Amino acid sequence: MRIISSFAAVCLLFGSTAMAAPVHYVLPEETAALASGPNSDIAQATCGACHSVDYITTQPTPQKDAKGFWTAEVTKMQKVFGAQVEPDNVPKIVDYLAATYTAK
Amino acid sequence: MSAVHRRMLLGMIAGAGLAGSARAESVTLPFENGERPLVAYPQKRKLIRLTSRPPQLETPLSVFNESLITPNDAFFVRYHLAGVPYDKIDPDSFAVQIKGHVEKPVSLSLKQIKAMPSVELTAVNQCSGNGRGFFAPRVPGGQAGNGLMGNAVWRGVPLKHLLDLAGVKAGAVEVKFQGMDGPVLEATPSFAKSLKIDHARDGEVMLAYAMNGAELPFLNGFPVRLIVPGYFGTYWVKHLNQITVLDTPLQNFWMATAYRVPDNDTASVQPGTAPGATRPISTFTVRSFLTSHLDGAKVAANREIVLRGIAFDAGTGIRNVEISRDQGASWVPALLGENHGRYAFRPWEARVQLAAGTHHLLVRATSHRGEQQPMAARWNPGGYMRNNVESTTIIAG
Repeated sequence: MRIISSFAAVCLLFGSTAMAAPVHYVLPEETAALASGPNSDIAQATCGACHSVDYITTQPTPQKDAKGFWTAEVTKMQKVFGAQVEPDNVPKIVDYLAATYTAK
Repeated sequence: MSAVHRRMLLGMIAGAGLAGSARAESVTLPFENGERPLVAYPQKRKLIRLTSRPPQLETPLSVFNESLITPNDAFFVRYHLAGVPYDKIDPDSFAVQIKGHVEKPVSLSLKQIKAMPSVELTAVNQCSGNGRGFFAPRVPGGQAGNGLMGNAVWRGVPLKHLLDLAGVKAGAVEVKFQGMDGPVLEATPSFAKSLKIDHARDGEVMLAYAMNGAELPFLNGFPVRLIVPGYFGTYWVKHLNQITVLDTPLQNFWMATAYRVPDNDTASVQPGTAPGATRPISTFTVRSFLTSHLDGAKVAANREIVLRGIAFDAGTGIRNVEISRDQGASWVPALLGENHGRYAFRPWEARVQLAAGTHHLLVRATSHRGEQQPMAARWNPGGYMRNNVESTTIIAG
């Protein structure tokens, strides 16, 4: 793997010295997914529009008031980061997250 | 080699990384919900993946025992917004613009920048949220262990030189930095940070185009990033192409709302409480780590073992590192190793014998300005600036 990594660096180096073309950085496939459950598809589509959902699944599991925790996060996405969420979908997403990503 | 060939090669490499992760290789960071996949990205060895879009990759602690310099393929990666310019950077047409409150705006190609007199500096970069996963109570945000740090040799051009080329006008107060990475939505605040004008012109802040003797890895800011020695990584803007001199302070989300800490001596508040006044996060607090033995390591009892590790602060340098085997009741000094500069990791070692049983070894650093790591973790709602004394469990038998 180390040899291959060095080779990739060489490819980028060539791009900078000889080629008039952008470098092209290819990411590994995105595999993060939300646990399936009621309205998980809405959460996946809405949250996943801007970021992979491992942003959600790696958060500390709220030990109390999961609804408060996830409401704050969804509100932050809307108010701070400008996420466009259908008003009807806000409670669906919050309820899904609070039911799924909570202390069991 | 054509662009298509390059694309294919990098694609194959990404595939190789995926094949590695298909074996579901993972690590579990020592806090609740800490399981993470180990994934190899192009130009990177297998690192601890926190998130995939945008990518955030943490360096395993074992790397810090391999060499004092953190290798490029192991250096941590952190982005805020998913608009990463994966296929938009053409090194031949890439240019850095210096504009705003200046006499004469200038645009400098990468070639021109590389032709300027350069400087080299060994400096630690550390994410503001390094160790956030250990906060108690936990706080939202990127849940990292202590691997969002690295020590590299940076080569580039002092920012002061570039600002002088453009001619900073009287009345300038700050300099704003923006890279080619940005948001997915127009409504999302684009990532930009600022430094005070005197800081920007201190001669140490640098536009780096090389890291450890090679070009910057793509995910570490290729082809140019800002180096702000002693300051947290949020200021080290990647893919940097816009430098704007300002005559009023930058009041965007990333300066005025995010990356702020309680405005007191310890940048902390009672756990679980909200601060009153806040200020932008700035310089590192002093930290030290045992790197030769990871948590749970087994050693021979009653035989001399050599403990090794690293320490760093915001740039005053490390005065001493001490070890405690009795929860901090007594401390013995470690031997400091070669000094690679005041912004670099400072190596240390200590020889100890441990009786059979389980030991909790503490490491504590003190900087030249007298700052010492606290025993108890400080807390703030952003999960920033963790620097308490770390404990490593070693089993002698």
